Amino acid sequence: MKEVLKFEGVGLTYQTISGEVKALHDINFSVRDKELVSIIGPSGCGKTTVLSLIAGLVKPTKGQILLNGKEMKGDALGVGYMLQRDSLLDWRTIRSNTQLGLELCGKLEDNHLKNVDKLLKTYGLWDFKDKYPRELSGGMRQRVALIRTLAIKPDLLLLDEAFSALDYQTRLLVVDDVYNILRQENKSAIMVTHDIAEGISMADRVIVLSKRPGSISQDIKLDFKQDETPLERRSSSAFQSYFNDIWREFDRHE
Amino acid sequence: MNKKKELHHHEILSKERQLYLKGRQKRKRLIMTTQILILLAVIVIWEVGAIMGTIDSFIVSSPSRIWRTLLNFRNNQLPFHIGITFLETMIGFVLGATLGIFIAFTLWWSSFLADVMAPYLVVINALPKIALGPVIIIWVGAGMQAVIVMALAISLVVTILEMLSGFVNTDAEFLKMARTFHASKLQIFTKIVFPYHLHTLFNCLKINIGLSLVGVIAGEFLVSRAGLGYLIIYGGQVFQMDLVMTSVIILAVLAALLYGMVVLIEQVVIKMFFK
Repeated sequence: MKEVLKFEGVGLTYQTISGEVKALHDINFSVRDKELVSIIGPSGCGKTTVLSLIAGLVKPTKGQILLNGKEMKGDALGVGYMLQRDSLLDWRTIRSNTQLGLELCGKLEDNHLKNVDKLLKTYGLWDFKDKYPRELSGGMRQRVALIRTLAIKPDLLLLDEAFSALDYQTRLLVVDDVYNILRQENKSAIMVTHDIAEGISMADRVIVLSKRPGSISQDIKLDFKQDETPLERRSSSAFQSYFNDIWREFDRHE
Repeated sequence: MNKKKELHHHEILSKERQLYLKGRQKRKRLIMTTQILILLAVIVIWEVGAIMGTIDSFIVSSPSRIWRTLLNFRNNQLPFHIGITFLETMIGFVLGATLGIFIAFTLWWSSFLADVMAPYLVVINALPKIALGPVIIIWVGAGMQAVIVMALAISLVVTILEMLSGFVNTDAEFLKMARTFHASKLQIFTKIVFPYHLHTLFNCLKINIGLSLVGVIAGEFLVSRAGLGYLIIYGGQVFQMDLVMTSVIILAVLAALLYGMVVLIEQVVIKMFFK
């Protein structure tokens, strides 16, 4: 299967006034088309840095990153990034918020706008298109943020603790929601989380990062039933055993 | 959803609720009545005191004398002087706001420039701008231009500092979001940073309109050609306290009206912005 993303011996060291920080060390992994990968690790292990590298916000100091087989240069078009907070603009309507991404990357064309409207309809936000973010619940706002990201038609989606701002119940529902959307839209995605259960429930594969400097300590292929949702996975026996494996790994590094 | 709201609206209010609302209404009326009474009391005491001779109306004037001065506008050219002060304030205000925002934008754009300018801005901000009066008159000439520059001197630096500290404190998460869509720096400013700080801007403008008026009056004191500031200085010199007090009262009303104007513009702009 096609490889959307490949990390080859990627390392990152950055400079601060108080010294040199080795954030990542010799990272090697790849993501295949339509694959959902979770990156789990203790806080400060450089999970977010991995995403920043893929999005082109930071350059690696060692190794190289291949996007669709080509070395990344400058802006990584084709990568959509979803942050921890929805960052919806208060002064724009829901529809206008979902168009913001297109506007910023200069793709405000008819077919793209139609696609946004279609996404709003498919994911139950059409009736709210003229409302303002403050009138929506946290889960709905996160869905709006996802559509804003999907609007630019990325091949690869990056989710950075995208659910941690939500309360627990909403979070379980939104995880299901986003999982279904990702599957339905046939996207590949990398999700970063510190929540082991959430990471297992959503992914085809889990990559565990060690403490700083972050390096891959485990790369586990998950084997769940084909159409189990994240919520259903949580109550399966396989889930518990994956959880325990990763938990032990975490413990060893603490 | 709308139906629900309407239903709520037509709901029969409970007795407690009615009492509560009535209480609120009553308090509001009481406050307003007291406010009017205080004003009336001051006017009446002032006038009666002047008639009885307990207050020397030659030194503090009196409401009736102020009223007569107001009616005598054909001879004392009050409207002309009000117009001049208003015009100077508006020019100083608009110039101060646009220039201030532009300079704040430039400093936001280049953090290097902002760091270089920081100590100078702090010193200039702390300097009592009135001290520049004679310098300004010599540099730009003793006329309306000097008054406007004075207004500008007082309001500009505050605007720059306020807006800049707003701009640089934009929530980093929003900036990161924009960067993930490869937004240009100009786009980040026009689509995120500036609208994000619309409230900061209007708070700044509300302070500025007052500062511009302060600058204009100070300028008119020094230049002494026209305007309410000139009338106050002139009236003081020839001991026409009626003119001085009338000008001061007009100034108070003008200041309130100008402030109200900014509040009105804010409401219109915010409404337009949020449709």
